[in-house]
Amino acid sequence: MIRKTVDNVQDALKGVKDGMTLMLGGFGLCGIPENAISELVRLQVSGLYCISNNAGVDDFGLGLLLQNKQIKKMISSYVGENDEFERQMLSGELEVELTPQGTLAEKCRAAQAGFPAFYTPAGYGTEVAEGKETREFNGKMYVLEKAFEADFSFVKAWKGDEAGNLIFKGTARNFNPCMCGAAKITVAEVEELVPAGSLDPNEIHVPGIFVQRIFQGEKYEKRIEQRTVRPRN
Amino acid sequence: MLDKNGIAKRIAKEVKDGYYVNLGIGIPTLVANYVRNDISVEFQSENGVLGMGPFPFEGQEDADIINAGKQTITTLPGASFFDSATSFAMIRGRHVDLTILGAMEVAENGDIANWKIPGKMVKGMGGAMDLVASAENIIVAMMHTNRAGKSKLLKKCTLPLTGVGCVKKIVTNLAVLEVTNEGFKLLERAPGVTVEVIKRATEGRLIVDREVPEMNI
Repeated sequence: MIRKTVDNVQDALKGVKDGMTLMLGGFGLCGIPENAISELVRLQVSGLYCISNNAGVDDFGLGLLLQNKQIKKMISSYVGENDEFERQMLSGELEVELTPQGTLAEKCRAAQAGFPAFYTPAGYGTEVAEGKETREFNGKMYVLEKAFEADFSFVKAWKGDEAGNLIFKGTARNFNPCMCGAAKITVAEVEELVPAGSLDPNEIHVPGIFVQRIFQGEKYEKRIEQRTVRPRN
Repeated sequence: MLDKNGIAKRIAKEVKDGYYVNLGIGIPTLVANYVRNDISVEFQSENGVLGMGPFPFEGQEDADIINAGKQTITTLPGASFFDSATSFAMIRGRHVDLTILGAMEVAENGDIANWKIPGKMVKGMGGAMDLVASAENIIVAMMHTNRAGKSKLLKKCTLPLTGVGCVKKIVTNLAVLEVTNEGFKLLERAPGVTVEVIKRATEGRLIVDREVPEMNI
């Protein structure tokens, strides 16, 4: 067994520097690497390029890094839940590259899987395709999109073991598996870290080979963005 | 004239037994409430769930189980969770049978704009560009005119496009229309709405080539 455990979040984020490109898992506030984000805030690294489907809300998730002006550029598919984001974008402090969600996922997966680029129909004929190669296959037009190149990938799983194997829960899975192994160093934080051998190999979602460092997060707030319920009759 | 629930009710009739369906945010979400319960349908949410159920009872919300609108949801028997790349493989690979989404504008050639108003807030396209570029069966659910009373069914979209030539069918508060090579073909009228009213509310080319029946909802 190749051990991937680090003692704490400080060790997990060793080597993160100003100006780096980071991938961060999560959809909205669901399945975000809460502890890694807190540590990025504490480290005060700045000029960051962040690849993340969303940008958090004003006071949670990536919104915390935005408040601190640590982010130079966001690469996301949807950023509509964050006033500070809007302010920084309109004032030109923050660069934003909006990317179709499936393309964003595939740019991560391509990096993980060793593909430099891929063709997708998403965005053809729109401003997303401007300046990009296009090509026809079987009568349909496609846009050439390149794999991401990132320094660190921060993902969050439900359970993980010492070997870096990961299991996710519910829709907290989202972008996390695609980002594992898609950057030079993948850091996984988990709610529950267990000894190797405790997880059934049949149930593993992401094999430990894609993870370089794993730690158990100190606490998880798991904030709900839109609490929707139905009445009991 | 239909309200939002009426539009959803009419679209629900397009959902067939055995369909996997992706519902966008807004009116499309309401469609799930009106699908016949004697057919088998699974709802896909692009954040990574198939087999979405209703909202949870109070106290049973789970922060780890949400839909693409970030709302807490439940799952039904047979449901599955998956990652985002797999989710869009379902969409791009045309495994999802029907996509229902909202729009700001639709053009008579099937172009759609629903993600950006220049100069105002740009929230992003989310999964909309992937959905419209790939789905074979796209229904747009929207009001026929915007708040200022201007037509949303145009000769040409004025807003930045989400996709080109992809919309097949539109259900509005006034009508059901099909996008054809010649323009918007009027298929059905909303209850109490005349062809004249629909003509006035449609800027793009409207084709009325037969007696247009009233919707049956």
